[in-house]
Amino acid sequence: MDMQLTADEVAFRKEVRSFIRSALPTQIRDKVAAGGYGSRDEMIEWTRILHAKGWSVPHWPVQWGGTGWSPMQLAIFDDEIQLANAPQPLAFGVNMLGPVLYTFGNEAQKARFLPRIANLDDWWCQGFSEPGAGSDLASLKTSARLEGNAYIVNGQKTWTTLAQYAEWIFCLVRTDPESLQPGRKKQEGISFLLIDMKTKGITVRPIQTIDGGVEVNEVFFDDVRVPVENLVGQENRGWDYAKFLLGNERNGIARTGATKEKLRRIRQLAQNGYEGGPPRAHDRRFMEKLTAAEIELRALEITQWRVLARVAKNPKGKPDPASSILKIKGSQMQQCATELLLEMAGPYAMVRKSSASDAHNQPPVGPEWAAVTAPQYFNYRKVSIYGGSNEIQRNIIAKAILGF
Amino acid sequence: MNFDLSEDQQLLKDTFERFLKQTYGFEQRKAACAKPEGWSHDIWREMAEIGLTGLLVPEAHGGFGGGKVEAMVALEALGSALVVEPFLPTAVLCAHLIAKHGTTAIAEEYLPKIVDGSALLALAHMERQAPLDPANVATTAKPSGDGYVLNGEKTLVLHGDSAQALIVSARVAGNQTDRAGIGLFLVDAKASGLKRQAYATQDNGRAAEISLYDVPARALGEAVAKDGLLALEATIDLGMACICVEAVGAMAALHALTVDYLKMRKQFGLPIGAFQVLQHRAADMYIALELARSMAISAMMSTDEPDAHKRHQAIAAAKVQIGRAGMMLGEEATQLHGGIGMTMEYASGHYFKRLTMIDAQWGDADHHLGQLARQGSLLSD
Repeated sequence: MDMQLTADEVAFRKEVRSFIRSALPTQIRDKVAAGGYGSRDEMIEWTRILHAKGWSVPHWPVQWGGTGWSPMQLAIFDDEIQLANAPQPLAFGVNMLGPVLYTFGNEAQKARFLPRIANLDDWWCQGFSEPGAGSDLASLKTSARLEGNAYIVNGQKTWTTLAQYAEWIFCLVRTDPESLQPGRKKQEGISFLLIDMKTKGITVRPIQTIDGGVEVNEVFFDDVRVPVENLVGQENRGWDYAKFLLGNERNGIARTGATKEKLRRIRQLAQNGYEGGPPRAHDRRFMEKLTAAEIELRALEITQWRVLARVAKNPKGKPDPASSILKIKGSQMQQCATELLLEMAGPYAMVRKSSASDAHNQPPVGPEWAAVTAPQYFNYRKVSIYGGSNEIQRNIIAKAILGF
Repeated sequence: MNFDLSEDQQLLKDTFERFLKQTYGFEQRKAACAKPEGWSHDIWREMAEIGLTGLLVPEAHGGFGGGKVEAMVALEALGSALVVEPFLPTAVLCAHLIAKHGTTAIAEEYLPKIVDGSALLALAHMERQAPLDPANVATTAKPSGDGYVLNGEKTLVLHGDSAQALIVSARVAGNQTDRAGIGLFLVDAKASGLKRQAYATQDNGRAAEISLYDVPARALGEAVAKDGLLALEATIDLGMACICVEAVGAMAALHALTVDYLKMRKQFGLPIGAFQVLQHRAADMYIALELARSMAISAMMSTDEPDAHKRHQAIAAAKVQIGRAGMMLGEEATQLHGGIGMTMEYASGHYFKRLTMIDAQWGDADHHLGQLARQGSLLSD
């Protein structure tokens, strides 16, 4: 038993840290540190910096641009990205579609799409959820009917993150309508299609979320023609690929590095008063809450290492059901950090930034950082909903670990 | 990073678990608790035979020479069986203090007896005015002949009722709350002027109040006779790490018991574990258990950290997490069991009681959280 990183791993962390911190453009870092996101162009800029270094898709096979790093090195890399306030590489291409393509795609698809994902030449979005298919994803209804050498797609996807930026969407579609009939398995009539967002018949409608932002969209398909060569794997086997994808999605979902960075920032902000008031660090109750969060984060981090050490012994095995712990607790800790920030802002959390200053070129009301705390708090309610809601994760624990 | 046991450690774990399975079922434990001293000398002797009592005693003194991982293996097993015998005070706290700081004479006298099970010792460091502050010591030690005499009172001395000898903290210099001037002394429990009031604790443990009136004593070791506080604090930290691991053993057993019950108990024509609301509560208990396990490992692995501040931070943080998790699991297990969980004749309540007392011992979650909050960031780089 040994809880230390090896000397090689320590050296690796140092190398990764120094590269990321020197290569990350400051305006992107500051945006992420303040709780925002990079713009489309900034995401592309950062991905290409990583790509030039050979690090944009580190967990992929070396043949497709991966690094050959160990699971521990990959975790250290993720951690360092988060600790540096660097944007995480765009998950839809890098973490979701990429592994599906190099595992189940044909050679032509791999050669066509993988290099463009690695360089963020193509911005991908994910077409899984539908208005009637959320946690019960397999009941999805968007249809794809084969006509000659193309599928004709009709239906609607929703919660499509950053579809407004996307060049492509990967979709789960129903290719066997009979599979929805009683007595059939609804999972068995689903296929995995790659669809060019410029195709005629696609409409994107933005959805404004409670934080005021526009991250997610509805995507409508009206007789959209998709060439048959854009089918991944076999027809009606798409559910298998989706399960594979969702299993991968749970890796790294704890985002402990990002939460650690937020807690560190909270502690820093607490050292100084604002608007002439006393430092929050004098508030014993607040500091105990912050300390309790640091302790829980430490517990989560060690739990993550324990799961990782198990995965490292059998890297090609099925997803470890214990990663559901990481999803649940990781999302709770991310939310906890935004709650502490909100609390720190006190009454200045009330100010809506655009209405108070930007629009009229007036001085900001309250401390600069306080204005984003409420939107961030509201926005982060999503993390216990996406990626398999925390209730679905509890079902997984109950079934796969506790044997109910 | 590696969280596996070595082959030898795994063997040790199997040995302890097999032993406890045979000798320490619920009914056997009940019989041990019913004995006049509240625990069983026969079982204690058997614990000595399989190497448990001498687990942390150096090989030079006939012990197993185990370290932190061996201690972790033992305590988790003892926790899952709710063992009430005086393992912690004798085989951990006093064995550690004597091996690390004792004079040669004391080490030669006591360590082999800890190994063979014939010595029972206890650590008397708490005082009523501030039981959680080991530096708050009113008990005095004055040189007398080639030894010392002690005067004062000690409280909540675990297994102090049956101990043949006590290690006592006493002030040789300075004011009551000074960190300097606290020595550690060895006292024969039968010495003149020593009185003890024995009592049971809520979790079937035993303890004593000790009063000392001109009690003859020996310095535990030359260095710790004058300044023993750092050694005492390190020993308390070791004890806290040990009960954190013990709690994980207890929580894991309690969780397994609860899950089994949910699968077996039928109402409305179904096992109640078929209801999602109960499955999710069992899942939340499991999450709390695994996070607690991570912190207990971290606490135990920090016990030999040379920086005393870092060591204490890591162990106190674990005590917070384990205290909270222990209460959560205890309360949830009782609720999920329904009426049966309220009875003395069923095991879950005994786990609940032990977990509650572990939280209370050496400072509960709120106590340590309050202290840690005044000490700066716990975040690692």
